[in-house]
Amino acid sequence: MAGGRTLKLAAIGTAAGVFSGLFGVGGGVVIVPLLILWFSFDERRATGTSLAAIVIIAAVAVILQALYGNVHVLDGVLVGVPAVAGVLAGTWLQQRVPVEAISLLFALLMVVIAAHLVLG
Amino acid sequence: MIEAAALGLAAGLVAGMLGVGGGILFVPALTLGVGLSQLDAEATSLLAVVPVALVGAWRQERYGNVAIRDAAVIGALSGLGVLAGVALANALPTRALKIGFAGLLLVTAFQLTRHAIGSLREKRTLREKRSRLERRA
Repeated sequence: MAGGRTLKLAAIGTAAGVFSGLFGVGGGVVIVPLLILWFSFDERRATGTSLAAIVIIAAVAVILQALYGNVHVLDGVLVGVPAVAGVLAGTWLQQRVPVEAISLLFALLMVVIAAHLVLG
Repeated sequence: MIEAAALGLAAGLVAGMLGVGGGILFVPALTLGVGLSQLDAEATSLLAVVPVALVGAWRQERYGNVAIRDAAVIGALSGLGVLAGVALANALPTRALKIGFAGLLLVTAFQLTRHAIGSLREKRTLREKRSRLERRA
């Protein structure tokens, strides 16, 4: 049974790793739903655990991408450091703004960017 | 330079507010805002994801929301996937990479929409329950 759990965690790690390396994201898009589906985590616990796993996954992925010479370190730092402040402000704001409306707005924006990527 | 910082701040703000990872926003910010190629934007986005995830995990840990052992196993066993993903990203033509990323954007947009609708429904049910209770009282 413990082996089964490790196997499932390995499957989650591998899938998230592919997403992270291929698309430059953390892989939360696969980790969170799978933790909920396979281990019945509630959403908060799935998100928290996913974030901790992403630290390792993204660190490994960025090192590998750097070996290929694709990482613009200055840009990464310039985006990453203010982003930390942004995330903190965002989680605070979450309790004070209509998140649903903003979610729908950004979902729409993502569809527009997706269309731009495919057509542009 | 200021542009990159401003975009980072904005992407972080939205990521924190919506509960999505930063990467899905950093990549378009780096291509459309800073002018990096799709591949370089993806690679550079990862560098920004690390501190954001670190701070997020640290905050969640204080609330007891991190299954730290499971997270460590997922991270430790992600290597093969990461290796395959990075190799694939470097092998694929830009066009394929863009179409794949567009697919990821659509999946995320779908998840966000479903989540928002679920949350709105929940609020309405709560409101109805409350008003029914008030009427009874």
